[in-house]
Amino acid sequence: MSAEAAPAKTDGWEPKIVAFCCNWCSYGGADSAGMGRFQQPPTARIIRVMCSGRIDPLHVFNAFLEGADAVLVTGCHIGDCHYVNGNDKTKIKYKFLENVVRELGLEKERLQLNWISASEGEKFANFIRDVTAQIKKLGPSPLKPGGVS
Amino acid sequence: MSETGTETKGTEVKKDSDEKRVGVFVCECGVNIGGVVNTRAVADYIGTLPGVKVTSVNKFTCSDSGQADIQQKIKEHNLNRVVVAACSPKTHEPTFRACIEQMGLNQYFLEFVNIRDHCSWIHMWEKEKATEKAKDLIRMGVERAKLLEPLQASEVPVIDKALVVGAGVAGMQAALDLADMGFQVYLVEKEPSIGGRMARFDKVFPTNDCSICILGPKMVEVARNKNIKIMSYSEVKEVEGYVGNFNVKVEHKPRYLDIAKCTGCAKCSEACPVEVPYDFNEGFGTRKAIFVPFPQAVPLRAVLDKENCISCKACAKACERGAIDYDMKPTYSDINVGVIIGAVGFKTYDPEPKHDFGYGLYDNIITAMEFERLLNAAGPTGGHVVRPSDCKEPIRVGFVNCVGSRDKNTNIYCSGVCCMYTIKNAQLLKEKRPETDHTVMYIDIRTPFRGYEESYNRSRNLGVKFLRGRPVEVKEDPNTKNILVRVEDTLAGEIRNLEFDLLVLATGIVPHEGINQIQQLLKLSKAADGLLMEAHPKLRPVDTTIDGVFLAGVASGPKDIPYAVSQGSACASRATILLKNKKAITEGITAVANPDVCVGCGVCISMCPFQAIKMDEQAGKANVVKALCKGCGTCVTACPTGALEQSHFKNNQVLAQIKNVFKFQEVAV
Repeated sequence: MSAEAAPAKTDGWEPKIVAFCCNWCSYGGADSAGMGRFQQPPTARIIRVMCSGRIDPLHVFNAFLEGADAVLVTGCHIGDCHYVNGNDKTKIKYKFLENVVRELGLEKERLQLNWISASEGEKFANFIRDVTAQIKKLGPSPLKPGGVS
Repeated sequence: MSETGTETKGTEVKKDSDEKRVGVFVCECGVNIGGVVNTRAVADYIGTLPGVKVTSVNKFTCSDSGQADIQQKIKEHNLNRVVVAACSPKTHEPTFRACIEQMGLNQYFLEFVNIRDHCSWIHMWEKEKATEKAKDLIRMGVERAKLLEPLQASEVPVIDKALVVGAGVAGMQAALDLADMGFQVYLVEKEPSIGGRMARFDKVFPTNDCSICILGPKMVEVARNKNIKIMSYSEVKEVEGYVGNFNVKVEHKPRYLDIAKCTGCAKCSEACPVEVPYDFNEGFGTRKAIFVPFPQAVPLRAVLDKENCISCKACAKACERGAIDYDMKPTYSDINVGVIIGAVGFKTYDPEPKHDFGYGLYDNIITAMEFERLLNAAGPTGGHVVRPSDCKEPIRVGFVNCVGSRDKNTNIYCSGVCCMYTIKNAQLLKEKRPETDHTVMYIDIRTPFRGYEESYNRSRNLGVKFLRGRPVEVKEDPNTKNILVRVEDTLAGEIRNLEFDLLVLATGIVPHEGINQIQQLLKLSKAADGLLMEAHPKLRPVDTTIDGVFLAGVASGPKDIPYAVSQGSACASRATILLKNKKAITEGITAVANPDVCVGCGVCISMCPFQAIKMDEQAGKANVVKALCKGCGTCVTACPTGALEQSHFKNNQVLAQIKNVFKFQEVAV
């Protein structure tokens, strides 16, 4: 690793983010980020589902309970859903999720929704970078069980 | 890791045994992964996970030797689950599914982990963290793999008919090739005539052939082919179904005349008193409210433009065959096809709204398409290039390249064709009138294909001047209406003030308004440039992510004519694989209902956009119709009792990944 090319070393804590991506758009967006070499912090772990409509509140809350510092719900832009309107339903579910997250006392930044197309690699990378910065300020999730970082 | 092959062989491995025996294959992808992620350390760690019987690191897992390694280890270690940690499943999953299937494993026993696009490529300078992330991702994959269940991909019959949307040169080529192979083709075109943009060009580079002279015969060939049904002045309104069996609703817009009676004699046009700007000539000259689109139109039939019609009925009186029908309504056809080819075309960038380089402010600035029509012998001036302000033939002509292309304020991409058509346009006018003086203002001249550089040289030899620089100021001399351009000649390092009689803008390629509709109807993806996206930019350039749907021509990125024609042929060839085999393999991933848990509330039915869930009224249970289910899983999330599951993305399978993001955790089946 050449010192000048490397970003500044951060000694501090790094968040761990669980990102749910739909097969057709946002997973492709993450692939495009790779193809475009859009560098981003190594904080996100992507879980692929076929449609954002499959992202279950069960999955989101389990991710928090396991120790996720943030959970990202991503899918196709509205109108572009591969399955007609799965993302419209995601949007409705997301409202519910937002409310529960607030009730749980989690900061709103810890749950985020974004529509990212398969070509929007840079947008994907920026999203991960932005969320990472926000969560770094907040620190670890209060729901994080002991023993996981 | 130390396990070796057991006596279990042959067909027995097809049965899913209780003991999960996982093999993990870590790809270095040359240095793409191996240069960042410590693949050896990753494999060593993953080898410690319960159930992982063998790990292997390959330079290229997708290569012949990499795949042979997988197959050999399946045999040696009696593996029943395979995890490949490499690039993207979107490109390579089919390869490895086929690889393990050859060894008698169900293809859905493959778990694909992306440690290149999602790891090494995006953490190039954080090798240690990238290595840790790769461990996490593969651990998630291993635990998911253990819970994967065998699925059956289903075979669906393919109707051996095709729909081609858009009858430009790419669509026509696709239709002709398919028709010549014996398949029936519906060719839908939204304009009253087939031919597309090419019908409007005067001559085409680099050979300067007369465009309509080479296109016209092709249009006639399409019309005469008994396997092609042209649906002109028609639009696709609804698309349902899937590969092999698309149900398509096509709207035939009313021409307000009986196409069977009309002969295209244009007597109606002569009688019509209404004159409106002629769109085919880019607004130069006029046409009537009832008109034949252009002399070579196919079908050669008139069309009434109801918006501009004053209902004087002069055309009805003039028509000897009584073809005119003012009360015509749109009609619809329902067609069933096995494949769809989208060749929906493009439009040129419109400099009017932003007045790029003074367009729209000063009379004597025109676009290249307008110039093209002026050059054309069948155009508004009979082939005389004149300037709009005084209809005089210009002597000093300026050309500005990259208008609406290579510009962060409009479109960043290169439209690919503007350099060449500008070179051609300058050449053509110079040949017609050698006394003219031409200056092309460019950023870079791009002449990549056969004959293009030669054409560029020919223009220079004819005396066309090329000036590297982009105009910074464009003004009009109010007295002469001449155009005054201030431009930096970046090669000479000088500011030049030039005066032109006519300025021509080389406008780029942009998606047309209809592209969104077709994108949504066919459920395609759009790229950042607003044009449609292919399945893979290199290896599947005419396929889309939707099985049975293909793309040809400029709808998927700027192209010149030979490229668009090749794509038309390529689509026909790709489509023929399905049409000839008469069957397609579809994904085995669907929703599955458990009748023991279902309470018949019907929430899932309202969730499904494909009407794939039916209520069994007698039993009071929901039932998934597998042939209709697309496997999105939205209904599963909505089910309040947990009666629905999505195969391959069952709750425990997804949870296995979630629980293993942070540490190793086994998830119960």
